This record gives sequence, structure tokens and C-alpha cells, in this order.
Amino acid sequence: MMRVEEIETLPRSGLESIQLKRLQALVQRVYHTIAPYRAKMDAAGIKPDDIRTLADLRRLPYTSKDDLRDTYPFGMFASPMDEVIRIHASSGTTGKPTVVGYTRADIDLWASVMARCLNMAGVTRGDMVQNAYGYGLFTGGLGGHYGAEALGATVIPASGGNSKRQIIMMRDFGTTALLSTPSYALNLADAMADAGIGPGELKLRVGVHGAEPWSINMREEVERKLGYRALDIYGLSEIIGPGVAMECIKTDRGLHIMEDCFLPEIVDPDTLEPLPYGETGELVFTTLTKEALPLIRYRTKDISRMFLEPCPCGRTLIRMEKIMGRTDDMLIIRGVNVFPSQVEHVLMGIDGVEPHYQIEVTRDGSLDVVTVLVEVSESIFSDEIKVLENLNKKIQAEIKDILGITCKVKLVEPRSIQRSEGKAQRVIDRRTL
Amino acid sequence: MRVEQIAVFLENKSGRLAEITRILAENDINIRALSVADTADFGILRLIVDKVDRAKEVLRGGGFTVGKTNVVAVEVPDRAGGLASVLKVINGASLNVEYMYAFVNKSGADAVLIFRFDAMDKAIEVLQENGFTLLTGQQICAL
Repeated sequence: MMRVEEIETLPRSGLESIQLKRLQALVQRVYHTIAPYRAKMDAAGIKPDDIRTLADLRRLPYTSKDDLRDTYPFGMFASPMDEVIRIHASSGTTGKPTVVGYTRADIDLWASVMARCLNMAGVTRGDMVQNAYGYGLFTGGLGGHYGAEALGATVIPASGGNSKRQIIMMRDFGTTALLSTPSYALNLADAMADAGIGPGELKLRVGVHGAEPWSINMREEVERKLGYRALDIYGLSEIIGPGVAMECIKTDRGLHIMEDCFLPEIVDPDTLEPLPYGETGELVFTTLTKEALPLIRYRTKDISRMFLEPCPCGRTLIRMEKIMGRTDDMLIIRGVNVFPSQVEHVLMGIDGVEPHYQIEVTRDGSLDVVTVLVEVSESIFSDEIKVLENLNKKIQAEIKDILGITCKVKLVEPRSIQRSEGKAQRVIDRRTL
Repeated sequence: MRVEQIAVFLENKSGRLAEITRILAENDINIRALSVADTADFGILRLIVDKVDRAKEVLRGGGFTVGKTNVVAVEVPDRAGGLASVLKVINGASLNVEYMYAFVNKSGADAVLIFRFDAMDKAIEVLQENGFTLLTGQQICAL
């Protein structure tokens, strides 16, 4: 029987008074222990005692990835290094990696929020959890691992890669829950088809997928190919790792935010003005209880919106919409804002098109040229040129129709778009400005 | 009287045709006839082979997108007007050719024309009514 944590069903007033107490303590602590924060707050003319209500949060300065990079590697840590027991780091594809640290209490906090996420997915101590997030500096692997252990489930620390072996373990060990990126889940579905193993031969019941944005259509694809319920988990290493928000099994809309630990806001990414509930903008989090790397108003660059309608599961935690894109993934094509997830949505709406695609942006003179690479599966293949050319035109027309941009479509051989074992690389920007 | 043909999607990059023929050769599959249709970005390779299902399986295993379609093989005397006589009948019946290719058989006396029509059943009926010789896949492989 699934148990819902008491803190997840508090009346809003009760939750908000906990949030306020935690926020006040946090601001006191960072002001007195982290020099860059004190400098920023002094510059903004705000003292810790000025935080009297939750609304005063908006008076505090933002924190961004640049603050972490500028103080690389440990400059923003609030705990002495002998209390820090773990380091994780982002891949750092652009510039220096972002380094995060955890005290023992942080590791416990992380395990507990991650366990609460798995609980939302209906995972219990009776489950066999195969954790196919990569183990290492990436937070997915160890985050999922500690959470599943804290819940009391049996963990298979499979890590990413070696799809054949993953499938054999799923079958032989009776895996009931799979943790992985959504693109790796699809990779596993392909490997299952290759091995001639159908979802009916496995006991998989639920997939907990995150670490990259994925569309509703991609979810349907995962659910159809793997025959289980696929749920979205959200997190980022700066805030804690996976475990910040999670879809529950009772609804197909919105992720419950662990807002007793991570205080969310939605702000306009351009003006930085906080937006009212329901409006779409950049997600911002304040970590209320973290020790080693507390962050105040950290800009995630993820685009979402929040809503408070009650959930059938009984939780009163605020929900956020599935991530719609990232402010830095957002392509500006001839002045039009385009998210890769929107292109994915269009592609998946066309019968037979596989969710393996890539968007290439080049520049021809002063004009941006977008080419969408789409793999030709057997269900859309024809021996007649005109059928494939019509498909090509149809994709172009739908993208033009829905996104308002003109693009080229290039049909490519199956599996010629690189499959990722972690996050899928959807955009290749070859523009040189 | 239909002949099974396999079609393979080819991305326009070097070595793809070589890869396909290598796979077929390794699996002892003989190509009887082929054509490549191409556009700027991609091509479609159409093949008539002696082991259709095996060819489909091994090419698929090699990571290619493979389809199987039916075509009609018409045997005509290898002389001026051979193809024209077939197309005259097809045109007369208001049928359209989607694509075609041809090869001359070893004896040199006859040519084999491979057709994909917009209405396959009707085309077969009309060709047979007009006395054309249609070949089966087995007959093509025995030529």
C-alpha cells in the first residue's frame, strides 16, 4: 500500500509556514557563511532580517550557473570540506563543469526526496528497480540508487549502456521499475525488438524517466514500445539531482514539486519579474534545507508553469508542467523561438515517424537554415520516390504550420542518428556568428 | 503473376551500395536485376534476388530499412519496338507506370521489363489478354 508522506498533504498555510521558517534560517546562514552571497545581498541593500514573509523572497538576488562557474570549483560551498562527503559535476559541455557538493545530511535529504519520488510512481519495497542512469559524476545514477535503497526496493545498479545485458537482467531478475533517460528507454526498446523479446515477457510496470526534456508523444512511444507507465522525474544537480519534482501515478499532468525542500518560482527570463501562478516562464528554485551548496533563487533555464489544482493522489504540493524546453536550448530561427521539443511533437504526430531526430542549424549568408533529420523506419518506407518526397513535404508543411519556420527535412537511414546512452543531443548548431 | 522485389532505403553517402552488395555476397544471394532511383538526398535501391526473404532479413540485420513490393516482369523480344508494344497496351488501358527497369537475358533473344504500375491487378489482366509473357520470380532466377 502506497503511503503518502504527511508533509505532502499539509494545508497550504501549514506548508508555507514551514517554508518561511526554513527560508529565514537559510538566508541567515548563507549571508554569514558565503562571501559571494553576502556581497550580492549588500549590493541589493537587503539584510537577512528583512525576510519576514515568503513574498520577501523576491527581494533576494538571483543565482545562476555563472555564479558557480566563477567560483569554480568550491567557492559557493557553505560547509567546510571536511563535512562535504560527496562531489558531483555536470558534463560541462560549454566551459567549466558545474561542481556540486553534499554533506551527509544533504545525501540523506537527497535519498529521502528521491524515495518520495519513487513512492509517487507507485514503487514500493517490493519492487525490483533497474537503475540505468549512468553512475559517476552525473547525479542520475547515484541519486536513483540511494533513493531506491532508502525506499527499501531492490536495486540493480545497471548504470547506462550495454543494452543487451540490460534486457537479459530485466528478464532474468524480474525488473518491475526502470530508471533511465527517456531516450535510453527507447534505445532499450529497440534492443528488445532486436533480441526478439516482447514487453509481455518482462515484468516492467513503471518507468521513471528524466534528465532531459521529452514530449507527451515521446512518452506515448515509450509506453507503447515498453508496455508500462512512463513517468517524468525532474531535477538538476545544482538543486540536488533527480528528486526535485515527480509525476505521480494518479495523474498524467504535472509534476509534484518537493516544495518543503525546494521553493519554486516562475519568472520572466528576460525581465526577471516573478510571474503569477499559471504563467509560463523560467523555473527558479531556492534550496530550503541544503547544507553544502545552498542556492537562493537559482535560475534553472528550464521553461515550465505551475498550478495548484488538487491532484487525485491527495497531495497538496504545487505541480509544475512537464518541462517545455530550456532558455538556452531555445533556438532563435530567423527571429522565431523554437524548442526542440516542439519539433519532436510535430514529428511524433505523423504516423510511422520514429522519435529519433536531430535538428541541424546552419547559416547560408545571413539566413538561418534548419534541417531536420528524420530516420526512415519500415513503416514509412516505400519503394516509390514520390511517397517519400510527399512525406518529406508533409513534415515540412506541418513544421511550417505549427512552428512558423521553414525548414528542410532530410530522410536518413535507421540508426544513423547517434543513440545516446545518456542525454540525447537534439540540436547541432553549426552557425558561426 | 507477380514478382517479389525488395527495396532498400539509401542515404546519399558513400559506401552504402557497396555495403549492401557486400552483405548480399556474404550470404550467397544472387542479384538478378536492380535499379537505383535517386534524389538529391536519398536513393531507393530496388532488387530482384534469388532468395527474397533471406535478403530482406540480412539487410535488415545490417541496419537497413527494407521493404518488399510486387512488380510485374514482362518478357518481350529483344528488338526495336519491344517496350513500345507493352506501353501502348498500358496507355490504352489508362494505366500508369510508377517506375520500370529492364535487363536483357543471357540468350540475347529476349528482354525482361520490370514494371510497377499504379493498378497492378488491372495491368496484369490487360497484359495477359494481349498475349504478353509474364514471368514468375522463379523463372527470372532460372534465366
